[in-house]
Order: sequence, then structure tokens, then C-alpha cells
Amino acid sequence: MPRLTPDNVRRCKDLIGLYPQSRSALIPMLHVAQEQDGWLTPEAMEHVGEMLGITPAEVYGTASFYDMLFTTPVGRHLVSVCTNLACLLNGGVELLEHAEASLGIAAGATTDDGEFTLEEVECIAFCGAAPCLAVNWRFFGSVTADAFDNLVDDLRTGRLADEVPPHGTLCRVRRNVGLTAGGPPPATTTTPAPAPATGSAEKRDGA
Amino acid sequence: MITDAAPIVTARLGVPNSWTLKAYLETGGYEGLRKALTMGPEAVSAEVMTANLLGRGGAGFEVGRKWSMLAKPRPAYLVINGDESEPCTYKDHMLLEADPHQIIEGTLICAFATGAAQAFIFVRGEFALGIERMTAALNEAYAYGAVGHDIFGSGFSVDVVIHPGAGAYICGEETALLESLEGKRGFPRDKPPYFPAVMGLYKKPTIVNNVESVSNLPWIVLNSGEAFKGLGQGRSTGTRIFSLSGHVRQPANFEIEMSKTTFRDLIYDPKLGGGIRNDNQLKAFIPGGASAPWFGPDQLDMGLDQEAVGKAGSMLGSGSVIVMDHTTCMVRAAWRITRFFHRESCGQCTPCREGGGWLDKILHRIETGAGREADLDLLLDICDNIAPGLSWPPQKTTICVLGPSIPSSITSAIRMFRDEFLVHIKEGGCPFA
Repeated sequence: MPRLTPDNVRRCKDLIGLYPQSRSALIPMLHVAQEQDGWLTPEAMEHVGEMLGITPAEVYGTASFYDMLFTTPVGRHLVSVCTNLACLLNGGVELLEHAEASLGIAAGATTDDGEFTLEEVECIAFCGAAPCLAVNWRFFGSVTADAFDNLVDDLRTGRLADEVPPHGTLCRVRRNVGLTAGGPPPATTTTPAPAPATGSAEKRDGA
Repeated sequence: MITDAAPIVTARLGVPNSWTLKAYLETGGYEGLRKALTMGPEAVSAEVMTANLLGRGGAGFEVGRKWSMLAKPRPAYLVINGDESEPCTYKDHMLLEADPHQIIEGTLICAFATGAAQAFIFVRGEFALGIERMTAALNEAYAYGAVGHDIFGSGFSVDVVIHPGAGAYICGEETALLESLEGKRGFPRDKPPYFPAVMGLYKKPTIVNNVESVSNLPWIVLNSGEAFKGLGQGRSTGTRIFSLSGHVRQPANFEIEMSKTTFRDLIYDPKLGGGIRNDNQLKAFIPGGASAPWFGPDQLDMGLDQEAVGKAGSMLGSGSVIVMDHTTCMVRAAWRITRFFHRESCGQCTPCREGGGWLDKILHRIETGAGREADLDLLLDICDNIAPGLSWPPQKTTICVLGPSIPSSITSAIRMFRDEFLVHIKEGGCPFA
């Protein structure tokens, strides 16, 4: 199992440089590790701990508290169906049942081909478009059974690859400047920024 | 009634590419920060104090007063709470995606007024697009000279960091958020001694303000605290975003003037909620997020006013109004909310960790037909052990208010719909199934 790649080590060093105390970078670094491997491998967590001067147990102890951080493998697409109150009132439970039948797995499980992990989640703050779900934390609202099946089909065939990156990729925009308040710009960091996010224009459910 | 007050924090919604610096500058962006830098910190604080801006995160504490309580030792830090997770609240999610520069500008005004050494914007981890938009906006703001060294040539310097969370409702609680920001499990801290304004991030004085709260600051600086106070009435000043959800025709975020609009307006007005779906009957509504005690149709004519709702035994909380029509099973609704709190309990305090699970199980067995009549008293007894007296605001037996929030839905449902519980128990199942 891999440790962090040299590029990701650089990203993590940049993250550490943003905080008065290095351990504050732990969770952002775990997101980098999860982006690299799709989940948090023991080796990557150990590597993160080495960089911060804390033990693997301390890394795991923090990681295991948080719902988004996976210490066991997950599918390329994490499908998170909300059943909290606004979705419950609008068919969220039925949507989850449909998702289970359609994917052939219970919530919490991963399909045999490793494409999909299905989970039931608490409110994901997209309630104007209930029932809603997220795939790798890209949001889809007012999801009917048919829309769900079409979505799964699009994900399987890669038609949504631009909008929905593989699981673990949280933010496709990189900070391009270090801390500058203490001295004159330009700043000394950092890693080159990849292409900017497309910023999928999903349905706005606002005022 | 719906007033014609212009929106403050959602004014840019619908502007093409509202999240970019170009669109922001074309609509008056960063003018508030420029003006604040010429006014000086004390004058900015005075305007915010005059505005009586109430915190928009849930607790509703005055922002200006919070700033004034910041202890003297330095460095002091500023943390912006964008960890929106209260069920059925989705306004900050929208602001983070639609107007990230407004949040950054508000953050900088706050940092200037409070003398913060560094600012952190804690964004809920699940908000991937929000984190991307905030990060891109911050890059633009640095390049524009609005953040970092010698901001707009004023001599004032401060750095801002976008910090992604990793999924935990409890991190919306400010001391848990600080623990998480320090790279630890999101365990709330005891108050005292850990009042953030005295011992916050890294045990240094820290201001924690909500995303929507600071989004108001550019407007307040540009238009004055008096102008803000001229909207709303009493202590509930300005406008506020209400997240409307559930059985309404038009669930959405609506920014409306505080106090003057009633719950009836919000739910039924064609310009707002548009009424109950299928012309169904309103059964109950929750006025301020899953933690808040419920209201019935007899309270529809109450204004969206922090004090009025508080006096009636509930709270405006996070500004989310959840509507349930006559087809709703109230046992199921209370059970779902209780299961949420059980799952999200951090586990530090026994009444919350164990009590939440116990309540979850009892409600589940009533809903699925295995309940007993004694369960109603048992539910209330457990609730009373978590929040003695079952009053609102609740008494605490725990470090934070997550546990004492659990009884709200249960005591509300039993008080308002006791017969429905009894039917479940007598008939051995859910009559709505």
C-alpha cells in the first residue's frame, strides 16, 4: 500500500505552513490522502503522522471520528442518500430503498465491481430539492427512481466524469498562495494549480 | 406581511457567475472593506453594535457584544463557522457556493474590527463545490490585494485560510469546531473555562461567527448600523434567510425582513412557500431547526421574531422552518430526529450518548408496532434526565446542548399528538404506513 506521493507530500507541507500549529493541518492532509487512494490506507495515515510528529494511533483516533473519512476501502462512487426530516417528508426513505434494490446492495455496502458504495446520510443541506443525494459530495436534487437509475448509468459509463471526480477528491482548486501577512508578497509557496473547477451549475434552490 | 425590504446577503443570487471576483466587483464588492479600513476598528465595531446583528448560526447572540467580550491577550483568532449541519438548514451552503467573496469580505471586516492575527473559514466538508468556490475566491482576493499583506495599502494585514471539515454535526458547536480545527476529534469543551472569547483556538482568545452573520457586515459598514436596525423590530433587526422545507409547494431559502413577516406568510404566501402541497392541512411546523420545540397551526400568526418565538417556548435557531402536513406520522418524525441526534452524539456525556440511543430504540418500537403504553412515561423520564424540567431553553446535564436538544421533538410530539402514539401502541403499528 502506498505512502503519500512526492506531489502530495509537497501539498501537505504547504498545508502545514498555513497554520500556527501543525496538527491543525491533519484533517486537510487526510483529505489529500483520501484523494490519492480513495480511502485512508494505514500507510498513508502513518505517513501523515510522521509529517506532523504524532503517532498513527493519534491520526486514526481523529480520522475515525469523522463520517467523510474512510479507514476501509470504498467504491469509486460514494452514493450518499439523505433520509433526514425534509427528505423523509418527501420520499427520501423510498429513494434509499430504490437505490438498494437498483444497486443490489444494502446501505453501507459496496458493489462487487467496486464502482458504488451506498450510504444513508444525515441532512446534507440541500433540502429545497428533497429528496436529495450526493455522489462523492456532488449534489443531486429532486431525485426520482428513474432519475436515480439514469444517474447510476451515467456514472458507470463515465458521462459525469467531469462533474463527479473519483471518491476522495474534495476540492479541485488549489490554494495558490501561502501566508503573506507577515511579509511582503509575493509568497514563496506553492504547488501549481490544476485546471480550475468546472463548477457544475446545479439547480439553485435559493431565494 | 411581506415587506419590500431589499435583500442584503442574497442580493447577488442569480447574477451570472456571482462567485467570481469580476461579478463581485461589478456589484459593489469590497467597497465595505475599503470603507471599514478608513473608519478604524472601533468605529466598525460601533456600527455592528448599533445594528444589533444577532448571530445567524443558531444561538442568536449579538455579534457586536461577542466581539466586545474578546479577551485582551494576543494573538487572537477569528473563526468563521460554515459547518452548517442542523437538519433542514441549507442557507450557508447556498451562500458559500453563490457568494464566497461576500463571506471573505465579511471575514476581513471582522478580522480588522477585532484585531485577529489570522482568520479561518471552517467549511462543512461535504460542501465540495462550496470549498472549491471559496478557495478560488480566496485566490482571487489575494491577487486583488484584499487579503494578506498591507490590504489595499492600509497597513492592515491578515491571512485567511479555508479549512475543510470532515463530516460531523457536532463540529457546528463552536468549541467542538475549535477542537476539530486543532486536528482532533470534535469533542465540545466545557464552558467555563473554555469560552472561545477567552480560551479558544490554541487556548487563545477567539471569535467564532457564522457565515451568514459576517455576510451582513459589508452592507452594515456601507449603509450604517442604524440603517440595519431600521429593518425588523425590537431586538430582531435586519433581514434573515429562512430555509423553508417539508410539505410546501416552494421549498427554498427566503431572505426576509425580521419580525414583520409571520410564519403564515412564509408558508402560504405565493411569493414564498406557496402553501401546503396538494392543498393539504398543516399539522405542525418546526420554527428553527431539528433542535427546536414544535408549533401547531394556532401559532401561524406569530412573527419571525427571535424574542416572540423564544417567549412561546421555542427558538428561531438556525432559521429553518420545517412544514409537516396531515399525512405525516408524528411518531416517525420524532423518531427520525431522535435517531439523528443519537447518531451525531460525540459520546463524551452519558445522558446524551446512552439516553439518545435509548430514546431512539423506544420510538422505533412504537413506530413499528412493539410499543407499550408505559413507553410514553419512560420517554419523558429519559428526556427529563437529559434536560431536567423539560423547559426551553433546556437545563443541561451535558457539556454541550446537543443532548438537551433531543427532548424537543419527543416532548412536542407527545404533547401535541399523544393520541397518535396511543393508536400506534393499541393497533400494533403505524396507522400512516
